[in-house]
Amino acid sequence: MVPTLGPLLLSLQLAALTTLVLVVLGTPLAWWLSRTHSRLKPAIQAVVALPIVLPPTVMGFYLLIVLGPYGAIGRWWVEVTGEALTFSFTGLVIASCFYSLPFAVQPLQSAFDALGTQEVEAARTLGASELDAFFTIAVPLSVPGFLTAMVLSFAHTLGEFGVVLMVGGNIPGETRVVSIAIYDHVESLDYASAHQMSIILVVFAFVVLLAMFLANRRLERRSR
Amino acid sequence: MSGNISVRYELQRSDFSLDVGVDIPMRGITGVFGESGAGKTALLRCIAGLERRASGRLVIAEEIWQDEAISRPVHEREIGYVFQEPRLFAHLNVRQNIEYGQRRGRREDVGFDEAVELLGLRHLLERSVDTLSGGEAQRVAIARALLRSPRVVLMDEPIASLDRARRDEILPFLDRLHAVLSIPVIYVSHSIDEVIRLCDYLLVMERGRIVASGKTQDVLLRTDLPMLGGEEAGAIIHAKALVHDPEDGLTKIAFDGIEMWVPGAYDTGARLRLRIRANDVTISRENPGPSTVLNVLPASIESIDADGESSELVRLAIGSEYILARITRRSRAQLDLRPGEPVLAQIKSVAVKNAPATGR
Repeated sequence: MVPTLGPLLLSLQLAALTTLVLVVLGTPLAWWLSRTHSRLKPAIQAVVALPIVLPPTVMGFYLLIVLGPYGAIGRWWVEVTGEALTFSFTGLVIASCFYSLPFAVQPLQSAFDALGTQEVEAARTLGASELDAFFTIAVPLSVPGFLTAMVLSFAHTLGEFGVVLMVGGNIPGETRVVSIAIYDHVESLDYASAHQMSIILVVFAFVVLLAMFLANRRLERRSR
Repeated sequence: MSGNISVRYELQRSDFSLDVGVDIPMRGITGVFGESGAGKTALLRCIAGLERRASGRLVIAEEIWQDEAISRPVHEREIGYVFQEPRLFAHLNVRQNIEYGQRRGRREDVGFDEAVELLGLRHLLERSVDTLSGGEAQRVAIARALLRSPRVVLMDEPIASLDRARRDEILPFLDRLHAVLSIPVIYVSHSIDEVIRLCDYLLVMERGRIVASGKTQDVLLRTDLPMLGGEEAGAIIHAKALVHDPEDGLTKIAFDGIEMWVPGAYDTGARLRLRIRANDVTISRENPGPSTVLNVLPASIESIDADGESSELVRLAIGSEYILARITRRSRAQLDLRPGEPVLAQIKSVAVKNAPATGR
């Protein structure tokens, strides 16, 4: 039982951290996309949606180049920290953020689109600054959107394989996440271990999604 | 409060342009009347700072809110905006909704209890906003706007989306606000009935321009504004109740030394607002003799203007007041009516309302 826990915990850590970063960075991006009339909007929406369409290996290949010690971000990172981004946990978090970006931004943008301008305008006329109105009106009224964004980013990061393989490799305790570990076990014909990890993931995923849909149903009822 | 609300705005959109310049009194209710698409809402949004592309100048009682150099952001303009829909915050209850603006205000001209009493919300305070009826929700929205302690309240057809019964439920609250509070209100409406009932001053808008402004009773007498015509064209006269005749259910009233009878019971000395429609007034040269019409008043013809295919609007002076009469062009020719001539005005019916305690 003990050897299964390491990769699982690493996966949970990676997914939690990625979700946190995506909510912090994805929220302003989604808000901007929802409010702007800029001509750049379709182009930026397309870029955000790319990871849905591209094979993970393509994403992973380019991320490997950019994050590698000779890539734009990778070289800068080496200069600042003295460590390489590729084949490290930090590198995995950055790669996962790109990979799961649409799963955070799209539900948030739909929630902000559905919210419209009415309540926020009313709050502004009642003396709330833009930031104040955003946090006291827009965010609480978009809770289901935030919930969906968080669950989807978390689940999507948990399940990533191709990107991790390209950028992170298979270093126990550093980049050996659960999907890689399962693949390893199957490769070495250790079906028992693969079963153990897989069933934990299946149950976990089901419970999280069930919790989300139940919560959303309650929220919808309350706002009716 | 003294001074004016001085409004000058220009706004260009692909299908619409707004170009207005007007001074609005810093007291009473000023109606903004016009058909939909006339630019009434755009005007309110400019004043509130919600139209970013609008350029102009806005001065509230000598305080500059916007000119070429500066433009206060929305949250720094002390306005209470009541939108056409209530726009309540669904995640807050009634009390929290009302307190939202109060918490962010600098002054407290209107107290929480006062606003809650005025709008009859005491029993609703802890309710969730999605359990409210349309009328209740709009009352909460009005209280919320008042508690922001605004210099001016902007109301954009606050009762237009309600059905007849709800409308009649809210109007008395608006009357009370008018009587009790000294905050000026700019009230947008496309209903001449509402304007006549509530407003002391009136702006008439047409295709993004202001085509008339002044005291309500003066603007209503303009016979050159087609939008004020139709079934509802008429005049408002302020009068005092003299004596009630309980036997016939009538009250004798007087204005400017002229007496007439109106239906209903009113206390002696009560200040009344009479509304006389142009369709309810006929004109004769001589006393018609015994008639079912109670009120036959001596008048003189001020002006005669064309009003549609076959009718004309006649402006009649009675004492120092004016009323309108709608007559056919044929009658005018047969009686050979001309401005300046004395005639008798027969008033078939009058709508009477107690005048607000303040406002004039």
